[in-house]
Amino acid sequence: MERGLNIIVCIKQVPETVEVEIDPETGRLMREKYPGILNPFDEHAVEEALRLRERYGGYVRVLTMGPPMAEKALRDAIAMGCDEAWLATDRAFAGADTLATSYTLSLCIRKMEPYDLIICGLKTTDGDTGQVGPELAEHLGIPHICYVSQILEVSEGRIRVRRRLDDGVETLEAPLPALITVTKEINQPRLPTLKGKLRAKRAEIKTLTASDLGGEPSLYGLEGSPTRVIRVFHPEPPRGGEIIEGEPDELAERILRKLEEVGVI
Amino acid sequence: MAEIRVDPERCTGCGLCVQACPYGVIELVEGLPRIGEGCTLCRSCIEACPENALSLVEARREVDLSAYRGVLVYAEYRRGRVHPVSYELLGKGRELAEELGEPLYAVIIGDGCRRWAEELIYRGAERVYVYDDPWLDPFRVDPYTAILVELVEELKPNIFLFGATSIGRSLAPRVAARLKVGLTADCTGLDIDPETRLLRQTRPAFGGNVMATIISPYTRPQMATVRYKVMPEAERDTSRRGEIIERRIDPSSLPDRVRVLEFQPVEEEVSLVEADVIVSGGMGLGGPEGFKLLEELAKLLGGAVGASRPTVDEGWIDYSHQVGLSGRTVRPKVYIACGISGAVQHLAGMRGSEVIIAINTDPKAPIFDFATLGVVADLYEVVPRLIEKLKERRGR
Ligand SMILES: Cc1cc2nc3c(=O)[nH]c(=O)nc-3n(C[C@H](O)[C@H](O)[C@H](O)COP(=O)(O)OP(=O)(O)OC[C@H]3O[C@@H](n4cnc5c(N)ncnc54)[C@H](O)[C@@H]3O)c2cc1C
Ligand SMILES: Nc1ncnc2c1ncn2[C@@H]1O[C@H](COP(=O)(O)O)[C@@H](O)[C@H]1O
Repeated sequence: MERGLNIIVCIKQVPETVEVEIDPETGRLMREKYPGILNPFDEHAVEEALRLRERYGGYVRVLTMGPPMAEKALRDAIAMGCDEAWLATDRAFAGADTLATSYTLSLCIRKMEPYDLIICGLKTTDGDTGQVGPELAEHLGIPHICYVSQILEVSEGRIRVRRRLDDGVETLEAPLPALITVTKEINQPRLPTLKGKLRAKRAEIKTLTASDLGGEPSLYGLEGSPTRVIRVFHPEPPRGGEIIEGEPDELAERILRKLEEVGVI
Repeated sequence: MAEIRVDPERCTGCGLCVQACPYGVIELVEGLPRIGEGCTLCRSCIEACPENALSLVEARREVDLSAYRGVLVYAEYRRGRVHPVSYELLGKGRELAEELGEPLYAVIIGDGCRRWAEELIYRGAERVYVYDDPWLDPFRVDPYTAILVELVEELKPNIFLFGATSIGRSLAPRVAARLKVGLTADCTGLDIDPETRLLRQTRPAFGGNVMATIISPYTRPQMATVRYKVMPEAERDTSRRGEIIERRIDPSSLPDRVRVLEFQPVEEEVSLVEADVIVSGGMGLGGPEGFKLLEELAKLLGGAVGASRPTVDEGWIDYSHQVGLSGRTVRPKVYIACGISGAVQHLAGMRGSEVIIAINTDPKAPIFDFATLGVVADLYEVVPRLIEKLKERRGR
């Protein structure tokens, strides 16, 4: 690579714990408070971008769409070593599902052109869909490869990767620019250095609002989202059976009888 | 633009919404909540309000979706066989189609897939669209997307379902984004709302702690990826008849940017998801050696070994054994959980098992709330005896 790689990593701030309780009396949802953290899968995305920069030279920018407080996740990424941070924030973006999120991100990325590679995490721990990456690639009209577990090589405008499918491991090659989503297998994310943390504190965050993007207003946020959550509830009441205690030998005998009853032995 | 609105008539100024906001952007101003910059419309405040004084208001949309009819199932075909999740989708698809009084279709793509068309009909499809061409092997997301988008534009299905396999989860979002429609990931439940006739799509949310039901009221088709092994397979009835529509493709007109250079299949000994018996281990094993014991038991029972996530994270066993929300979903005849506490995320992957036997030293472990047979004991005392007994029995 002569001029190095121009990489954009899409990250998201997610709640630190995903403990969600339903108040047993009122049946209402009680959510844990933020402070949010950088989505664990996205740490691997950031790490891989930094490794590519070490290997080929280049520039790494991180991008997130979220409320103003999502700035913290961007600073975490800068502390790991990213060069530049972009925050898309506007009331109009609120309530977005994967289609509206990926649409908004695609407009941001058009503002950030040129780029060679976009890296996303496999999925987020809150939305948990893994759809934003491939949908973003579609909006941008570039190819995508999901589940990347190893980057083999980037050369002559092409990227060669390995990915794990349900039934085996595939080696693929895509022309750049392209988008990949990465699994946790791909690397071990580094910890921020002290210098990195200092840099993160001072780093300027570039902000984009709906009017900067200029897209179609009805395609942002909740309005631009075709899906609606209509109900949130607890999985299923317990359906416990028999509980037994006693001598190990007797217990083993009871298990054996159960296995016979079901007909697996 | 959508926003959270406060009804001043109903609001008592109790401030519960202020506490409930995970982003801390609500404050009480003259006794009424004011929602500030940074609101993500997450609805925590609406849920928390005891007076129903808060609501989400958005512009109404009028759309005519009446031209869309039928349930379309993507039958995933790879390496000479149809992925069994396709039969589960046809089973559920039949139910949905009957509820709506609409037809059930399937589409299958790949080299040599034509000979599976009858099978899809036996499993309930009334019409099967076949794209059989050597050029379509192996799977590539670009041409497959183009084919499916064109088919949807012509057929106008009301509902379009994919298996939530690694292929389905890469392909479906690309198709949905091109069609500009909603897509619900990893569903574990699908049904039709009798009043609105909309598809209700239910999936685990927030790390599996709760379930969420999602609809797509404004766009068609209503698209979802559906988790493997949560729905029963369609029954096979060879007397069923249907229509097979074979389609030619023209490779020169299809996009094809990503090249597949190599594929190395991995064959599991006894595939976890297909096993009748699963012996699964958790942190209660205390170390990697514990899995040797479970392997022995599994072998005697002709089953497979499963694992909880922290044992995989610790490196005691490979990820391919992980059962649960971020691992595999399994539905064996018998699931034997050894030293597993039964966290919701683990339950999410094995709750569908016919019989659950749990061995755990802690009588309060949540797994006992779900176990058919709960054994309060040290697994290292019970499992070796069970192995002895099985060997004896076999010797007889
Ligand atoms: C987003 C998210 C996704 C997740 N996905 C998954 C997933 O896919 N799969 C999954 O499993 N988890 C998942 N988890 C983790 C899950 O929340 C639990 O942490 C995990 O399931 C606990 O594993 P465990 O039961 O092995 O360990 P523990 O909770 O530590 O339980 C160990 C149990 O062993 C018992 N025990 C100890 N010694 C013995 C003995 N000698 N004999 C018998 N019993 C003994 C103890 O009483 C205890 O109940 C996820 C979590 C999150 C947040
Ligand atoms: N709001 C967002 N801003 C930037 N990137 C995002 C956002 N949401 C999701 N992503 C990216 O898309 C990936 C998949 O997210 P999801 O589809 O929500 O599971 C994440 O790992 C991120 O890389």
